[in-house]
Amino acid sequence: MLPKDLLEPLQKKIAGADHPRELAVDVMLSLQNHYGYLSDQAVKEAARLLGMTSLEIEEIATFYDFIYREPVGRFVIHVCDGVVCWMNAYDSVLNHLSKKLGIKPGETTKDGFFTILPTACIGYCDLSPAMLINGRAYGPLTPEKIDGILDRLRSEAPSPRMTR
Amino acid sequence: MYPQVIFQNRKPDRIATMDEYRQSGGYQAITTVLQKYSPKELQQQVVDSGLQGRGGAGFPAGRKWQGVADNAPFPRYIITNIDEMEPGTFKDRFMAHVDPHMIIEGTILAGYAVSAEKGIIFVRPSYESSALILEREIRIAKEAGYLGQNILGSHFSFDIVVHRSGGRYICGEGTAQINAIMGMRAHPRQPPPRTTEKGLWEQPTVLNNIETLVNVPHIIRNGPEWFKGLAKTKTAAGTKLYCVSGKVKNPGCYELPMGTLLREILEVHGGGMLPGCEFKTCLPGGASTYYLPVKFLDAEMDFDSMKKVGNRLGTGAVIVFDHKTCLVAATLNLMDFFVRESCGWCTPCREALPFIRDLLWRIEVGEGKEEFIPTLRRMSQHTWNSYCAFAPGATMPVTSLLDYFAEEVHEHISQKKCPFKK
Repeated sequence: MLPKDLLEPLQKKIAGADHPRELAVDVMLSLQNHYGYLSDQAVKEAARLLGMTSLEIEEIATFYDFIYREPVGRFVIHVCDGVVCWMNAYDSVLNHLSKKLGIKPGETTKDGFFTILPTACIGYCDLSPAMLINGRAYGPLTPEKIDGILDRLRSEAPSPRMTR
Repeated sequence: MYPQVIFQNRKPDRIATMDEYRQSGGYQAITTVLQKYSPKELQQQVVDSGLQGRGGAGFPAGRKWQGVADNAPFPRYIITNIDEMEPGTFKDRFMAHVDPHMIIEGTILAGYAVSAEKGIIFVRPSYESSALILEREIRIAKEAGYLGQNILGSHFSFDIVVHRSGGRYICGEGTAQINAIMGMRAHPRQPPPRTTEKGLWEQPTVLNNIETLVNVPHIIRNGPEWFKGLAKTKTAAGTKLYCVSGKVKNPGCYELPMGTLLREILEVHGGGMLPGCEFKTCLPGGASTYYLPVKFLDAEMDFDSMKKVGNRLGTGAVIVFDHKTCLVAATLNLMDFFVRESCGWCTPCREALPFIRDLLWRIEVGEGKEEFIPTLRRMSQHTWNSYCAFAPGATMPVTSLLDYFAEEVHEHISQKKCPFKK
C-alpha cells in the first residue's frame, strides 16, 4: 500500500492531466523511488493509478534504461560506455569501480549501496570519461576522483534515498 | 570572436535569469508577433530566414510549420525535442543551462505559428537538471504573463509542460517520441498520415529540435536577412552549436557561424589535438555520420557542404579519433550502442545490426575473414529498408570504415589480431 504523502500528489497530478497515460513514466519513476525499484507490486499500482493494464506498464517499463525492474542499490552508477568515453579509457573506469566495489557490471554490492550499469552515451562527452549516479553527472573521472565520490556517497549512508 | 546569438547570455558559472534574458531583448519577439503578425506571417519570416532543422535532417523549419493545414483540427501540439542521445552530442544540455527562457520563447513562437495550445518539452533522464531548470523557469514565465490564458492580452493561449523520458535512443526520433509521450513503447511510425496531420493523441503535431526553436526569437527581432548573414556559406543560415569531443585539448560546445571550416572548429576552438595524438579521422555530426578522411578537413560545416563531401552535418557533434585509436574497435563500440538501443520494431535494424556487430567483433579479435567485408556492406544496405532513419544512420560508420580505412580492416584479418594491441 502506498503512503498517503506519495499517493495523493500522484492522484492529483493524474486527475489534472489531459491524458493520464502521458504520466506513465513519471508515475513509474515515483514508485521506483519509493520501492527502490519498479517491483511487481509497483507495476500493478502504476497500472491502477493510470487506468492502464499491468501489461501495458510492463511493456514500457522494460523498454527504458532508467526504469529498474529488478532490485538495485541505493546508488545506481550509470557508467557511460559511449564512443567518446570508450576512447577516453572507459575500461579503466569500469575496472576501477568493479575492483573497488567487488562487483561486476549489472551487480549490486552486498550492503545494498551500489549497482553498476554500463549505459549508452549520457551526453557529457565534454567531461569524458563520465558517469551518472542517481541523476547527477560526474567527470572527467580518474581513479582518485571515483574513490572520493564513492566514499562521500557511502558516508552520507543512512540518509534517505536520494530522489531523482 | 564570432557574434554569439544562442549563447549571448552564456556565463561561466550560472544560468541566465528571465530578467537578463529580457535585458538582452528576450520576449520582444513574442510581444511583436502577438501585436503585428498572423501565424502565416510568422511562418513566412522563418521560411525566408532559411532556418534549417538542427536535429540532423536539416529540413526547413518554416516549411515544417506550413505542413499543418489551415483547416487542421484543434487542439494542435508543439513538441520541443531535448532528447539528444546521439553519441558525442550535448548541445541541448548547454542551452538549458545557459538561457532557458530562449527555449521557452522559441516554443511559444512555434506554438503561435501553428496555432497550438500546448507545448511539450521532451527531456532525457540524464538531463534531469535541465528538466528541473525548465520547470522552474516555465513557472516564472507564466507568472510574468508569457504563458497561460490570453498571453500579453492577446487572443493566444498556450502552455508548456516538461515530459520526462525513461531513456532510450529511439525516443529522439519524432514519431517514436510521440508514441513515448502517449505512454506507449517508443516505436517509430511511417506516414501517411504525417504527424502534422495526425500526431500526438491523433492531433496535428509539430516536433522541432530545441536548437531550431531558440533561433526563432532572433529571426523575428533582427529579420531573415540578418539571420542569413550570420552564416559563412551562401546556402546556409544562422549560427550552429558545434560539440567537440574526443582527442582534442578543449572539448566543449561552441557557437560558430554555419559553414565554419571543420579544421577551424578542431584546431582553433577545440584547441587542436592532445599532446602525442595525431588526427586520424572524425565523425562530424554524431555517431550516425561517416568517418571523415583527413583530405576533407577543410570542408565547410553546414548541411550542403557536408553533403558535397559525401557526409552529413548531423547534429554538428564532432568526435575526434587519433592515430592510436583502432577504428574497427571504435566501430564495434558504436555498433554495441546501436544494437542495444535499437527499438526492435522492424526487421532490418533488429537483425542486421547484431549481424554486423558480430562480424566486426570477429575481425577485432582476429577471427576475421575477407569474405566478411561484402557481407558487412550487404547488411548495411538492408538497413535502408527500415522504418526510421536511425538504422541506416547506424551503419554509416561501418560503410565509411570500409571505404576509407579498408587497410586497417585488412590488417586485422591478415595479422589475425588487432594491430593496435601490443
